[in-house]
Amino acid sequence: MKYMLTMTESESGFASRNDPAYWGAWMSYTQEIKDAGIFVFGSSLEPPHTATTIRIRDGKHNVQDGPFADTKEQLGGFFIVDVENLDEALKWAAKSPSALTASVEVRPALVPRHSL
Amino acid sequence: MSPRETVHQVLERVATEDRGRILAYLASRFGDSALAEDALSNAFIAALMKWAASGIPDQPAAWILAAARNNMLDHLRHREVENRFAARETASEQTSEPATDIAAMPDRRLELLFVCAHPAIDPAVRTPLMLQAVFRLEIAQIADAFVMSPTAMGQRLSRAKAKIAQARIPFAVPEPEDLSGRLDAVLQAIYAAYTAGWDDLSSGRGALASEAIWLARVLASLLPGQPEVRGLLALLLHAEARRTATGAFVPLAGQDVRLWSVDMREEAERELHLAHALKTELGAFQLEAAIQSAHASRAATGATPWTQIANLYEALVQVRPSLGALVGRAAARGAAFGPEQGLAALQETAAYKNRFSYQSYWACLAQLSSAAGLVEDAHHAYLQAIELSHDPAVRAHLHSQLTANVR
Repeated sequence: MKYMLTMTESESGFASRNDPAYWGAWMSYTQEIKDAGIFVFGSSLEPPHTATTIRIRDGKHNVQDGPFADTKEQLGGFFIVDVENLDEALKWAAKSPSALTASVEVRPALVPRHSL
Repeated sequence: MSPRETVHQVLERVATEDRGRILAYLASRFGDSALAEDALSNAFIAALMKWAASGIPDQPAAWILAAARNNMLDHLRHREVENRFAARETASEQTSEPATDIAAMPDRRLELLFVCAHPAIDPAVRTPLMLQAVFRLEIAQIADAFVMSPTAMGQRLSRAKAKIAQARIPFAVPEPEDLSGRLDAVLQAIYAAYTAGWDDLSSGRGALASEAIWLARVLASLLPGQPEVRGLLALLLHAEARRTATGAFVPLAGQDVRLWSVDMREEAERELHLAHALKTELGAFQLEAAIQSAHASRAATGATPWTQIANLYEALVQVRPSLGALVGRAAARGAAFGPEQGLAALQETAAYKNRFSYQSYWACLAQLSSAAGLVEDAHHAYLQAIELSHDPAVRAHLHSQLTANVR
């Protein structure tokens, strides 16, 4: 079962990306996920000021500078992991450096269901 | 099985005796409680038609179990054919051999309770979900108890069940370190189910009360170091010891203590002592059990220790304040220290806006006012209490109190 772990970061979290300890924590977390054999895909993301958001309304493209929601905690990276159940996914989410300073959202990947 | 039983009677018996276990078993095998409920309903409908034509099978419950499991497998296979992404769905059935016989079927009701109490489920919906998914109470009845519209309650319940299946919440009793947050919700649901069984003996839901006690016993043997589990079991046993004594409604103080079940009372006392021996802070269920234990001590001493009961209520409103606990405390203070003290304590329920629709509030106010000689207040309160009572026996009792004390 695949879950997406969406990691957010606070402003100070993004600011501390120059700190070698910051990357050390993320590298060892990533390594642990890979060693467990559950890694599907994942990446850290450039800070929110690099984001561009597009919306199409009535055929008109509206392209805007910035992320889609202006909140205190912003998307900083994500992992897709393949684990047995929600408790396993939550266990991995809790190990993420984000869990200590911001938050991690855990969502199951959609398995399309047709009603019969 | 009696050969004279009709298809309807057999199905009703299976529904009362085995439905809860079959449901929990199938839900845990496939990790989907909503699908299990649908499949079981379909199996009952199929039985109704098949058995009428070809006779009732030797093992009706096993037939229902097999039909429901096949129904789930069909549903999942169909889903796979329709959609290549779902190729792993039928693999979600546990790899162990499926049970074909009810007696050999592992009991998963406890696991289902803990799934409903998972931190990933909205806290407000946990107890209703347990009452519906495990104890099979009607949505309308649950909505009533939680002061919510049946439609809104139904939506919240189906959303929660969809989450259990889609997010794949595992069916397991949690490890000790994850237990604390989930145990209390489970205990509260077991208690609520017991109370629902108590309130409605006429409708055949007495089975619900026995099921609640059974689950509390299993939980106590599984988690011997959890004092609140023993507290709950002691509370249920004290209540059950008295239930068998009272066909019609007789208020606690007027009950003949010789009719109370000695065995259950003794078991309750043992559980309570074991809980106290764990020497943790007293939780709400232990306090409620201790209050019942104090009431039961009348069987040995001939007198109810009201001061002790008032003190226990004092602790209870600290640990878990509720309208019910405040009313109980007022009644105990009234009996221990005089009706004026009781009336003063009853004033503290003012923080609860719904107190005027709470039957026990009016019954307590009526009794205390009458004892204090406040005839008009008592008269009004008795009428309110009678209007809010569903049970005809309770209404009759209040009527006789009204005529005896207020005229």
